[in-house]
Amino acid sequence: MKSLGHILAIIQKDLLTELRNKEIIMSMLVFSLIVVAVFNFTFDPGSEQMQKTAPAILWVAILFAGNLGLSRSLSREYENGRMQGLLLCPMDRSLIFVAKVIGNIFYMGIMQMVTVPVMIVLFGVTIGSFAGLLVLILFLGTLGFAAVGTLFSTISANTKSREIMLPILMFPVVVPIILAATKSTAGLMNGDPAGHIWAWMKILIAFDIIFTVACYLLYEHVLEE
Amino acid sequence: MIDVRTLSKKFGAKKALDNVSFTIEQGQYVALLGVNGAGKTTLIRLLATLARPSAGYIEIAGFEQKKEQQQIRRCVGVMTHDSFLYADLTAEENLHFYGRMYDVDNLQDRATDLLKSVGLITRRHDKTRTFSRGMLQRLSLARAVLHQPPVLLLDEPFAGLDVNAADMLKQLLDSLIARECTLLLSLHDIDYALQNSTRTFILKQGKLIIDSATKELHHDQVRKALAVP
Amino acid sequence: MKKSYVLLSILSYVAILASLYMALIYAPTEKSMGAVQRIFYFHVPSAWVSFIAFGVVAVASFLFLRSGAAKWDLLARSAAEVGMLFLTLVLLTGPLWAKPVWGVYWTWDARLTTSFILWLIYMAYLMLRSYVVDRERGARFAAVFGIIGFLDVPIVYMSIRWWRTLHPSAVIAGSDGSGLESSMLQTLLVCVVAFTLLFITLLIYLYQSTMLSDEIEQLKTTDS
Repeated sequence: MKSLGHILAIIQKDLLTELRNKEIIMSMLVFSLIVVAVFNFTFDPGSEQMQKTAPAILWVAILFAGNLGLSRSLSREYENGRMQGLLLCPMDRSLIFVAKVIGNIFYMGIMQMVTVPVMIVLFGVTIGSFAGLLVLILFLGTLGFAAVGTLFSTISANTKSREIMLPILMFPVVVPIILAATKSTAGLMNGDPAGHIWAWMKILIAFDIIFTVACYLLYEHVLEE
Repeated sequence: MIDVRTLSKKFGAKKALDNVSFTIEQGQYVALLGVNGAGKTTLIRLLATLARPSAGYIEIAGFEQKKEQQQIRRCVGVMTHDSFLYADLTAEENLHFYGRMYDVDNLQDRATDLLKSVGLITRRHDKTRTFSRGMLQRLSLARAVLHQPPVLLLDEPFAGLDVNAADMLKQLLDSLIARECTLLLSLHDIDYALQNSTRTFILKQGKLIIDSATKELHHDQVRKALAVP
Repeated sequence: MKKSYVLLSILSYVAILASLYMALIYAPTEKSMGAVQRIFYFHVPSAWVSFIAFGVVAVASFLFLRSGAAKWDLLARSAAEVGMLFLTLVLLTGPLWAKPVWGVYWTWDARLTTSFILWLIYMAYLMLRSYVVDRERGARFAAVFGIIGFLDVPIVYMSIRWWRTLHPSAVIAGSDGSGLESSMLQTLLVCVVAFTLLFITLLIYLYQSTMLSDEIEQLKTTDS
């Protein structure tokens, strides 16, 4: 119960900070829209090819924008030695990981609430009655991404050029998650047989579990100084 | 209060702390002197459970570092030249956040009392972004003693403070000593150390070369011990 | 101790000579692919060695996180460097073979894509160290990344395989030695042994020299 209180305290503190300066959400939102717009230029308007690649573009946008937000979310914690302040608190240090992952999922969720509908309109994609399923896929993809991203942005926040280091570390490793998420989304948007969506969603869930557990277990090692 | 035996921190060929042993009794005020890189910060980090020793034994307030890290963290307050404060939160919000992390009872009252004692009560609703360095260090001290720790570890708390701000901080530290707190304070100012502390440690290249009652030390002796050959 | 290193060096030198002889002269020319097929005798052992190297990285990283002893970090770092060397060889020899046989230098099949991503991961691993100021923290970060990176290998491979099987496009049969002639198999085995010996030799020497250069670095930074 106490642990829950600590997690909540960290999340509330993070959200209050974000509410005041809006750095993370605004930069992610604008950047994801830019990615969507830029990719849009590479196709003939209204072509079928454009709709086919929409899921991939969506996840590339989430990946790039998420990278920005994750980097900021953790480097903020290292200003004024704040992470030391957290490490000094009498609690299990893996709670920091849990709180940070939840916070990062929240930021990315807000970004997706705007980016995904815009994308659906701009690319003329039909999702029919599967909106709930789409939300689930977005959540699953974001969960795995946020878990890996939280671990690696903690690492990159302590390197000399953190903005460069984070994508170099993170992108190759999250390939499986992004691939499974893209495939699930594509199945949904292109109206593939439902069996394929489920097959890919199961794979996505398996990857989420593997990566979240691994990152959770390793997180304490990157915190210690 | 603090019991350290054969403590070492090394990585590969690099020895940050080399076979250090000492015991500090409750209520002692220990000044930790040494040039940059002598191991002062490493020692404080090891005591605060921020880093793991390569070898040796640490016990604080009866808790063993290897097994009871969380209990130790509850017993120590740490203040460094970094404030650990959140710039977009107000002074009061900062204290409330850390108070929740330490499960402090009657947090509202405790925070108000502390803000009064460090002279920041009128600024409690201001973001700490607007604070001067001296104000930040005072608030940082309030944060460090929020959970009423019997042991205080201070790493260069005076770094970057002007004379007035340093005076205010010194008065606050004195009030803590009056309450039987155990203090370990690393600093550069030899005069300050000799005037205020009851005991002096001097670290050199990771070794504890002097451990003596402060009144038995002379300024020249300390200066000589600190000098690089 | 020194003697055994010299012995090992001589042994791997002889083994490499033997593998060159077997691959270039002893083994018969393959009927459909021609002489270019001989790349296979260097390509497959290189891939094999690089996987062993990254396995060593993961195990040494794990041991480092458990013990904090600098020697495990040193081993992980040396193994990663040698592994990168061999993986780069894999990525260079592969396309040389593929162009005449498949007609293209590259195809995004599971094995190729995985090798490429693997290369990116360990490149990041080597970069990470030079970007962290504090040596011990850098070592710990690298260890964490080394473990996650290795864990990622089978996952990347599986995900791309499923991606291809679920979308049946031009899947090209791998270069496996299914039904290899016995003299070809012998050659391959000799090459694998020779490359493994070479790997061990390189790893030991790199480990030693890195240790020495670390010590020199250490002596330079401490006040005399």
